Amino acid sequence: MNTPPRSLGDAELHAYVDGELDEVRYTEVEAWLTEHADDGAKVEAWKRQKAALHAHFDGVLDEPLPASLQNSVGRNRTGRSMPAWMRIAAAIVLFAAGAASGWGLKNWHGNGDLAAIRFVQRAMGAHVVYLPEVRHPVEIGADEEKHLVAWLSKRLGRAVRAPGLTGAGFHLVGGRLLPDAGLPAAQFMYEDGGGRRVMLYVRSGRLGKDTAFRFVNEGDVAAFYWIDGPMGYALTGKVPRPDLLGLARLVYDQLEK
Amino acid sequence: MSKRQAVVAELPRLRRYARALLKDPVAADDLVQDCVERALSRLSLFKAGTNMRSWLFTITHNLHVNAVYRRRRAPDGQPLTLDVENGVTVQADQTTGLVARDISRALDQLPDEQRHVVLLVGLEEMSYKKTAEILGVPMGTVMSRLARGRERLRHLMEGDDPTVLRRVK
Repeated sequence: MNTPPRSLGDAELHAYVDGELDEVRYTEVEAWLTEHADDGAKVEAWKRQKAALHAHFDGVLDEPLPASLQNSVGRNRTGRSMPAWMRIAAAIVLFAAGAASGWGLKNWHGNGDLAAIRFVQRAMGAHVVYLPEVRHPVEIGADEEKHLVAWLSKRLGRAVRAPGLTGAGFHLVGGRLLPDAGLPAAQFMYEDGGGRRVMLYVRSGRLGKDTAFRFVNEGDVAAFYWIDGPMGYALTGKVPRPDLLGLARLVYDQLEK
Repeated sequence: MSKRQAVVAELPRLRRYARALLKDPVAADDLVQDCVERALSRLSLFKAGTNMRSWLFTITHNLHVNAVYRRRRAPDGQPLTLDVENGVTVQADQTTGLVARDISRALDQLPDEQRHVVLLVGLEEMSYKKTAEILGVPMGTVMSRLARGRERLRHLMEGDDPTVLRRVK
């Protein structure tokens, strides 16, 4: 067991607010704050500042670009489609509002904290590794879904389940257990009629502060990911963003129920 | 995504940052416009695989440090309705709205170097490392400016700053 620290510097408290701590330290600081009201009050005040900044300035994100700027960048498809897509994603974020709180929701496209980014990178790495598998795409197939879910729940120490995506044309192929930075993670694989695969990567173990829906892509693999309390989720796929977004919404809805 | 598209994708964030930095929407968009023009004229210098957002924020920062823009920041005490007229969404929640008004006014009281850090970390959610790269200062400097800026804001927003009380009277 670690000895609890006798005092924390402000630098570490700021790092806590800004998601700059590793998972272990984050948990320690969190515990410290429950017992040190002065530090807790400071941290809350700084969080309120961030919330106030977002409340005051995030509206700019949704404003149409002024004509002068549009002229500068020239006629550009992305110039129009990107904000539209952002609006759709923002709607999802609002839809997802129940779980998390405050400014973080509007910041789904932020670069976020490092732990969450490392997490989604591992999920995307796992996606790339198992995507081309024909003979052994999963450890346990969908025909044994009950067993699969019970096994993964046991290993993760939390109830996990494989959300149904048949409504969007994707059926469960099965799942596997994976190491995720030293902890067990679950990967569920889905496939549609055209052979396209998406994977839901689930991990238990605190990764830092909660996040709303966030989108990343690297090469042609894209992911929507979110951190909800002790759980981290990433839905990965080489499918168009709107499709992935629809699937992520289905997953989110089912997991939150 | 082409490099040009990658630039376009960052425009909403650049505009948000510039607006928070300068308050005056026209001056803010001028800053973004200058940044974009500079970026597009140097696109060949942008290395694929590096971070477009960081690159653009670095350009914006360097332009802002140029005194031309600093002079154009709205003066203290300018009516905040200006922001509303220009389309900034003010949240319906009364309490949040009040706090948000305070923060815009409180930001006026910070030196530029603290305001840069408070906004890059607090609003743009940049990591300390990225912030240090954008500003061209060591990470320790980022952290100390952040600490000073946030403490100043805390005193200003929680009304126990003597200079503010004098101003209000």
